[in-house]
Amino acid sequence: MPLLSIQNLNTVFYSKKGEVKACSNINLDLEQGEIVGLIGETGCGKSVLGMSVLNLLPNNARISGKIIYKDLDLLNLPSNKMRQIRGKEISLLPQSPATSLNPVVKIGSQILEGFQLHRGMKKDIAINSSIKILNLLGLKNSEKNFKYYPHQLSGGMKQRILAAISITGNPSLLIADEPTKGLDALMKAQVVDLLHKLTKETGTSLLLITHDLKVASSLCDEIAVMYSGEIVERGSAEKVLNNPYHPYTQGLLKSMPEKGLHPIKGYSPSLLEKLPGCRFYSRCPLRNNKCNNSEVPYKEIDGTYVRCFGFD
Amino acid sequence: MTLFKNKLALIGLVIIVIIAIGAVFAPLIAPNNPNEQILEQALKHPSIEYPFGTDEFGRCIFSRVLYGSRISLQIGVTITFISSVIGITLGLISGFYGGVIDEIIMRIVDIFLAFPGLILALVVAGLLGPGRLNVIIALSLVGWMGYARVVRGVVLSEKEKEFVENARSLGASDLYIIYHHMLPNVINPVIIMASIGVGYAILSAAGLSFLGIGVQPPTPEWGSMLSSGKVYIQTSPHLTIFPGIAIMITVLAFNFLGDGLRDYLDPRSNIQKIE
Amino acid sequence: MLAFIAKRFLLLIVVLLGVTMMTFLLINIAPGDPAEMIAIARYGLENITADEIEQIRQSEGLDDPLIIQYFCWLGHVLKGDFGRSLITGDPILKEISARFPATMILAFISLIISLLISIPAGIISAVKQNSCIDYLTRTGAMLGTSIPNFWLGLLLILFFSVTLGWLPVFGYGEVRHIILPSITLGTGLAAIITRLTRSSMLEVLNQDYIITARSKGLYEKCVILHHALKNALIPIITIIGMQLGHLLEGTVIVESIFAWPGIGKLLVDSIFARDFAMVQACVLLFAILFVIINLVIDILYMFIDPRIHYKKEG
Repeated sequence: MPLLSIQNLNTVFYSKKGEVKACSNINLDLEQGEIVGLIGETGCGKSVLGMSVLNLLPNNARISGKIIYKDLDLLNLPSNKMRQIRGKEISLLPQSPATSLNPVVKIGSQILEGFQLHRGMKKDIAINSSIKILNLLGLKNSEKNFKYYPHQLSGGMKQRILAAISITGNPSLLIADEPTKGLDALMKAQVVDLLHKLTKETGTSLLLITHDLKVASSLCDEIAVMYSGEIVERGSAEKVLNNPYHPYTQGLLKSMPEKGLHPIKGYSPSLLEKLPGCRFYSRCPLRNNKCNNSEVPYKEIDGTYVRCFGFD
Repeated sequence: MTLFKNKLALIGLVIIVIIAIGAVFAPLIAPNNPNEQILEQALKHPSIEYPFGTDEFGRCIFSRVLYGSRISLQIGVTITFISSVIGITLGLISGFYGGVIDEIIMRIVDIFLAFPGLILALVVAGLLGPGRLNVIIALSLVGWMGYARVVRGVVLSEKEKEFVENARSLGASDLYIIYHHMLPNVINPVIIMASIGVGYAILSAAGLSFLGIGVQPPTPEWGSMLSSGKVYIQTSPHLTIFPGIAIMITVLAFNFLGDGLRDYLDPRSNIQKIE
Repeated sequence: MLAFIAKRFLLLIVVLLGVTMMTFLLINIAPGDPAEMIAIARYGLENITADEIEQIRQSEGLDDPLIIQYFCWLGHVLKGDFGRSLITGDPILKEISARFPATMILAFISLIISLLISIPAGIISAVKQNSCIDYLTRTGAMLGTSIPNFWLGLLLILFFSVTLGWLPVFGYGEVRHIILPSITLGTGLAAIITRLTRSSMLEVLNQDYIITARSKGLYEKCVILHHALKNALIPIITIIGMQLGHLLEGTVIVESIFAWPGIGKLLVDSIFARDFAMVQACVLLFAILFVIINLVIDILYMFIDPRIHYKKEG
């Protein structure tokens, strides 16, 4: 049985402009100890998917479908039970280190909260454990840092602090939301190294949400490619990245600098738009009439699931 | 138009229009002469003849409240006009010329802001003596600083833009640049502030009259009506209820309008109320 | 830090000089001859002669140039001598210190009451955004900002004193005497702080660090009261600081309605009696209070917002 199983998930935001369907019919499994990459361009709904698992979306969002974690049905869990899951079972490494730490609470207190809450530790023991974790993550002088406020730390330090916070509850699953967004190459390598350490040292499973294919390829076992609210291709990292089937995945790979920087022409459709067929239709080099008119089913090719008519 | 989708702003505007119509056509609408004393009719409760009842001199309270709107609107609008003109002028000068002039004007603003304005107004109006003009002077004196600060801020950011440099290289005078490039940009924030400012000025002026400093009886002014009515609160509460409602509705309407305008004209603005 | 306080202290002095000069000027252009006022107060309206007025003018230094008079007054004030009331002849300092506590108690209780109401109301309103309770709170706050406090005071008297007979209209010294005045004074502030707390909380609750806090599995109570409120309080404290001045202004009206024996009523009474020396002293006191409040708020700010460092600004 997978650790996390997302079945037929739909997440819709009700806004003044209409219904924004950020996730539609998502199916995704994640095994114990596995690293799954969720890749796609900005605005494709991948972060919303991560937040749906934690049930941390704004009030105007409606989530339907099933999210099974271990044997718990997360979407039907009472809010107090769901709260106990967060941090302790499933935790989050948030997107932007600059804004994700509370500016008016000392670093120490922000780290210790998790220890005291989930492991019932006394303060002094919690401090020792935090220092251990921070050392593991390559932060020296932790005790001094405890007294600081976030604005006194560098971006890299903030990221490490956030990483430390995310594992204080010793979670089985970590959701990392764009951990390398906006970082230079050196920092990126550090974060990849950090995530690698985190998962290997603690045996934590990781759902890595990223738009960076290189980061995904160096960390992930499995990869799911998301486009305009849907998963269009899903399979082992090796296969998806080396031998992609879906024209979108192919385009995405071609747009990497190493592959000659050939961007996909056109824009992805707005999540407000309801389309009868394939959402990639307007940009697809392989399109035919069928694609625009009927719902596209998943097809298994050589262990990879692809949502495309091109392989009939 | 979005402004009309903002219900509160619309309600505010409608109420203000109604009050303004009432003020302009007061002689036609008023059932009685607001100053005519009929002592036999003193302290009558509301009836068909006297919709809001009568006061201690037998004057029709409805007519007096109606005529009072003339005074309050006049005072409120005049004060706001004067203080915004002072504020805009100083703000433009301060922002446009910068340097020592800016420093001096801004320190003066600081000094005025560092002092409770209403108390200063109270002392000014109190020492100058009773009368409409003195209330206007006193409250205008303490109401201009918000405009000056906001206008200066707008001018400072506009000044950096290229078209000012271009205009200048084409030989435009300072006055031309201020008039054509700066002034249009300060209109929106000033309208928002002024709308709320009128309400606040009406409230403050009524407060001064209530204390007996400002507009004096027998002029039908809402604050002074409240003040003379409070003696009869036990037996004839209508003397205090109706003028009070009039003040509150008027102030509320200007607040609604100002809040609505803020959403409409300047959704991301940080302009606070002029207090 | 020290440089900052020094700078503020300098502003304080400039403000006090500016304000007192302005009052001084006003007093001298105001209708009414101070010497004549003193003479009337001392000898009664019927008994005064032009000679006596002239004598007083000389003995009180009233014929000196304005600037000399001002610095003379200032010199006395710096030595702690505020002079005597022109009307009663009592030392002004004595009168003011007797009345000061009443105003402070009134302002303090009003502040406490309005904070106890407004901050919880604002938080609930924000957390339960667009609920019934939110609309109710917002309507109440809107009314509260528009209601004239002098009218509210009269309505409270009408309801609680006249109709129900629960609370006294006038009086000073017991708890029941301060209830109506402090509600009257505190309502406007409460309304403003409620609106501000709501909008500030709404903004903070959308921040990334709130998601971080929730993702840790913290209790919602802790997220809202510890993580969110701490941030939301920063703008709230600024506005409270600015509004405290208005609270002081309000004492003038509220004390007059409820015959509360504080500085506000003293000021109004002195203006009517044209007791210029007393007016001058009251204005000075209000100015000092106002500037001190602003200073305290700025210092408080540093403790609540670790990002502010006045050192750098110097």
